[in-house]
Order: sequence, then C-alpha cells, then structure tokens
Amino acid sequence: MTDIYLDNNATTKVDPLVVNEMIPYFTEQFGNPSSIHKFADGVARGLKKARKQVQELIGAEHDSEIIFTSCGTESDSTAILSALKAQPNRKEIITTVVEHPAILSLCEHLEKDGYTIHRLGVNKMGQIDLEEYTKLLTDDVAIVSIMWANNETGTLFPVEKLAEMANAKGIMFHTDAVQAVGKIPMNLQDTKIDMLSISGHKLHAPKGIGVLYLRRGTRFRPLLRGGHQERGRRAGTENSASIVGLGKACELALEHIEFENTEVKAMRDRLERGIVEQVPHSFITGDIENRLPNTTDIAFEYIEGEAILMLLNKAGIAASSGSACTSGSLEPSHVMRAMDIPYTAAHGTIRFSFSRYNSMSEVDEVLKVVPDIVAALRKLSPYWDGDKPVEDPEQAFAPTYA
Amino acid sequence: MWDYSEKVKDHFFNPKNAGAVEDANAIGEVGSISCGDALRLTLRVDEDSEVIEDAGFQTFGCGSAIASSSVLTEIIKGKTVDEALDVSNQDIAAELDGLPPEKMHCSVMGREALQAAVANFRGEEWKDDHEEGELVCKCFAIDAVMIEEMVWANKLRTVEDVTNFTKAGGGCASCHEGIEEILERVLKEQGEDFDPTAAPAAPVATPEPEKPGAMTNLQRIKKIEQVLEEMRPALIADGGDVELVEVEGNTAYVNMKGACSGCGMAAMTIGGIQQRLMEVMGEYIKVVPSSEMARIGA
Repeated sequence: MTDIYLDNNATTKVDPLVVNEMIPYFTEQFGNPSSIHKFADGVARGLKKARKQVQELIGAEHDSEIIFTSCGTESDSTAILSALKAQPNRKEIITTVVEHPAILSLCEHLEKDGYTIHRLGVNKMGQIDLEEYTKLLTDDVAIVSIMWANNETGTLFPVEKLAEMANAKGIMFHTDAVQAVGKIPMNLQDTKIDMLSISGHKLHAPKGIGVLYLRRGTRFRPLLRGGHQERGRRAGTENSASIVGLGKACELALEHIEFENTEVKAMRDRLERGIVEQVPHSFITGDIENRLPNTTDIAFEYIEGEAILMLLNKAGIAASSGSACTSGSLEPSHVMRAMDIPYTAAHGTIRFSFSRYNSMSEVDEVLKVVPDIVAALRKLSPYWDGDKPVEDPEQAFAPTYA
Repeated sequence: MWDYSEKVKDHFFNPKNAGAVEDANAIGEVGSISCGDALRLTLRVDEDSEVIEDAGFQTFGCGSAIASSSVLTEIIKGKTVDEALDVSNQDIAAELDGLPPEKMHCSVMGREALQAAVANFRGEEWKDDHEEGELVCKCFAIDAVMIEEMVWANKLRTVEDVTNFTKAGGGCASCHEGIEEILERVLKEQGEDFDPTAAPAAPVATPEPEKPGAMTNLQRIKKIEQVLEEMRPALIADGGDVELVEVEGNTAYVNMKGACSGCGMAAMTIGGIQQRLMEVMGEYIKVVPSSEMARIGA
C-alpha cells in the first residue's frame, strides 16, 4: 500500500504543473526583474502574470493589491504592525482565542509593549459571539484580525460580515485566510476586508512564498524597507520562481474549486461518517455546518493523539493531532480548550485534511485501520475497561499530581 | 516528528505487561489528565520476600509515555520493593536508549508511579512534591518552575546567574528571552526591576571552607583532573570518554571523545560534568568543548 497523505492543512504537495512553470525561472529566466536588459524582461512579465492569477482567485479589484511576501506569518505580522504604525492613537487589537500562533504570539508580544488585546472566546462549536464583538468595536481599536478558516477544525468564521461591522465603525479588518484561499470561493472586491494573508504551500505552491492582499486606499506602513519592489511596500528582491509557482497554483486552485467542494468534500464526509459510525466514543469537533470542505477533526475519547499518530504512521497514514505531546507543550491544543472539549477527548483529537490528490480508495484504507488502532490504545488506557469506558471515568481514575 | 530511539518504538508498538495485574496488592496512580499523560501501575508483591512477582500498566499518553511504562514494568519485575525504589527516571530513560528532553517527564512519571505503588503496598500515603512547568531550556531540560524557584531562593538577578545555578540557558542560548521574562516577573514581585546590563550576583557563599581563591591554579587543575578521572568510567561504559585540554580562569576546556562527541547528548554530558565540578570545587566552573577554544583562538 502506498502512503496516504491526509495532512494537507499542514502543507501540500507542489503540483507538478507548478514545478514545470517554475523551472525556467531557475535556469534561463534568472534575471533580476528590476534590471534593464533582456534577462530581466521575461521575469518581470512572469511576475505580472502571477499577480493577475492571484488576483483572480481571490477576486481582488486591482492586481496592485497583491503584495508578495515570504510566508503567511510575514503577511500577518505586516498587516497588524502596519495598522498600529499607521494609527498611533489606536492602541487596541481585536482577535480570537483560536487564531494561529502567527497572530497569537505576535499579540502576546504586543501586549507586553502596552497594547490592549481583546481575544474573543468561542462556544462549543468554535464560533464567536457577535454581540461581544460589537461591543468591542470602538475608536481605540487599530485593527481586527480574525481568521477565515480554523486550521484545526476547518470552522469558518463569518469574516465578510465581521469586516462590514468593523468597517461601519471605521476600523481596519484583516483576516488570516491561509487555510481558506483555494478551498472556498471568495470575491474580495465585494467585501470590506482590508487585508488578507495567503500562504503558498497550503495550496500546492512551494514553501517560502506568501501574499498580503491590501485593499487600495488602506493606510499602510511596510515591515521591510529597502528597494522599490512591490511598489515599496515589501522591499527585497522578488522570489521570482516561487511567485510564478504561486500564480500557477492559484490558477489551478480556481479551476478545481468546484471539485474541492464536491469530490474532496465527499471523501471527507465519507471518512468522518465511517469513523464515527464504527468507533464508539468518537465525535467531530467544530462547527460541522460551517466548515472547510477538506477538513475533519475527530476526537477519540480516553486515548492520546500522538500515540494514535504513531500507529497511523506505521500503517502508512499521515494526519495530525491537537494533543499536547505532538507540540512538546503540556497543554492540549488551545483551539480544543477554547471550545471546552474535555481533556480526556482534547488530547485524542486527530485532524484529517484532504486535497485533490486524495481518492475514495484511500478513504476506505483508512477506515479499515482506524477502529483497530483506537481499540488497541484503549486496551492500554486506565479510562477503558473491556469494550467501554470505566464507569464515571473521572472518579474511577484520579491520579495524584501536584 | 520526535526522534525516538528504536527501543522506544519497540516498547510502544509491542508494549510489555499492558493491562492491570490480577490480585494486585500495590497500585500507583499518577499523572495529570490536563497534561495528557497518566499512568496506573499495578504490582503483585510477595508479602514475605517483598519481591515484585508481576507488574502491569495502564497508560493514557503519548508514545514515550507508553514506552516508559512498558519498560518500567520490565525493569522492576523480579526485584524486591527496595531494589525497585532505587530505579531512577534516568535508569528508565537509559533503558530506552534515551528520550527527547521534552519527553523526560514521561520517565519521571514512571518513577513516581512506582513510588506511589510502593507507598500503597506499605499502607503509606504518597504525596507528589514536584511541580512541572513549561519547558524553557531544551538543552538541559529545565522548566519554568525550577528556574522561578531558584531565582526566588538565591536572589538571582541576571541570565548568567540563572545559568550558573540551574544550567538553563547554558547551551544553545535560544531560551535567554524566556529566562529574561521569568526574571522580569519574579523581580517585579520582589519590587525590583530587571536590568539586563547588571553584573551577575556574587556567587552565594558555599558551606565548604575552601574559597576558590584558596587554591593555586595548579591545585585547581589537579582537582579538576581528579573529578574527570572519577567520571570517566561511566563515560567509557557508554562508549565515550573525556580529557581535560586547558583551564583558563573558571573555564575548563574538555575534549569529548567516542560516543560523546557530536552526539545530541554531548551537551547533556558536558552539563553533567560541569554540575559535578561545581559541586566539588565549590565555585562556578564553565565546561566548554575544546573545539570552541580552537574557534575562539582562530
């Protein structure tokens, strides 16, 4: 059996068509696009085409609203720091407790510098409370940064609506959309989103390339200053091969967006239904009705995620977990804790994330092994007895700990 | 992906003594479900000879937690209760050919389960006295709680102080920001400001009568050599070795050989040597691989 890759929210395989498009930019088209000679000419045209391709995928009004960066994290940092720098009188940021560390760690750091961070909590489905959000929208807020799709559960926030609410109060709105772009249709020119982050390697482009969408007219201060690249908004010689690759990847994503929301979704649905039917004491986390089509996050109660991953890996299946042990920290995923998933389940969550390269036969292979893996680990668990959890697990096993 | 040894993988994929022992008369339950690892150890101990006749484990935890539990049961079966209590968490980790620093707490959990089970057998109450914090220094596996306690107890003021007392930050140095944050917090609680440019505090007077200055340089070098000689057999047993190359002030340059050189554990080994030297010499000694000396000299 060949290995089955179901960890596409972590990163994706570079599409062979993308690789083909990139190769000339390492060999004959190696010029610096800023130069005035024929070695530069082809490169400049390649970048222009790529900018158009990104623009089309996200429905931006102008291609000059696309700024190429090195990754999603750089785009996130640029967006937030720019908003603070451009509006020195506004010292507050609104975000959520379930953001990616690219946002959360930055905000934590800014908090130490004296900024006030409002982190919206979420309910059991992972959704925020709009009333609480409305109350926070004041003249002191420099920027709202709320992710489009959660990387662990795939839960979608209603960012278009949230952006309109912020806009009505004159507040900038940024969204980390690295998991959403290419998976769900979007048309930014019809929204009030001011800034949006994209990461190339999440949509079959290479690692090390990202985009910050910056709506025309949004006040902006660059993170990196230097040359005039990206119209002075992001200095540094362009990563031309990767930019061209990302452009092609965006074109392909647009071609496949229907497939993503029908075929890929069908694979995801079959897998999660199969697992929940066959494995007792397992459940899907997040907002099941408002989710990315490719993601499912399933909690297996009374066992631990890293152990599940190791056994899956042995069976040739790649997935990921919200368990503490996979990250080296002692706490399980902040997303699971925020949704109030009990510890006995939070440590045992497994995320399966699909791409257009997966197939139904792979789903069947996974369904063949998952029930046995879960059963084998439950046999070792102090919370499990025979074919069911021990009665009143929290009482039956209450270890001593400081 | 964790860099687990073959032995860890073997004990994880083929755990020994999984499940509860029938008629167990010693049960230890430790761990924390919030931290994602918990272990119930069940033993059947012969009442007269106190020999552990059978051992079984039930573990909620990751690969290394299950492997540590499994290997623990193998180590202690056939031992008397007293012999078993001599098993340290390092013994458990060593039997597994080592664990990543972030996973050393799994071996600690194994040892604690054993202590708890023995206490249960003897009708005593076992109380865990250690608290575990976020791992700050990955080179020497030092957590935030440990650093915080040392900062309080010894009135530490600088990152260098913390390194001298705990080893934290003495390796790759990438945790210095984290150590500074702890210093800032604790010093604030003490009503002081953290000053990153402050000179390190004078070392706390050690109970030993020998003052560092009391020895001549030659005496010190001889003493350092003597300590290294004492440590060599253990290193050689692990396929490594160490020799003293140079002593400059409070820095001892050593040459790590064999299995110790270049291996991921070299930093741990050097840390261990440094710790021992500081204990014996009663002063702060920094142990540095001689390769560093060459680089500085070049």
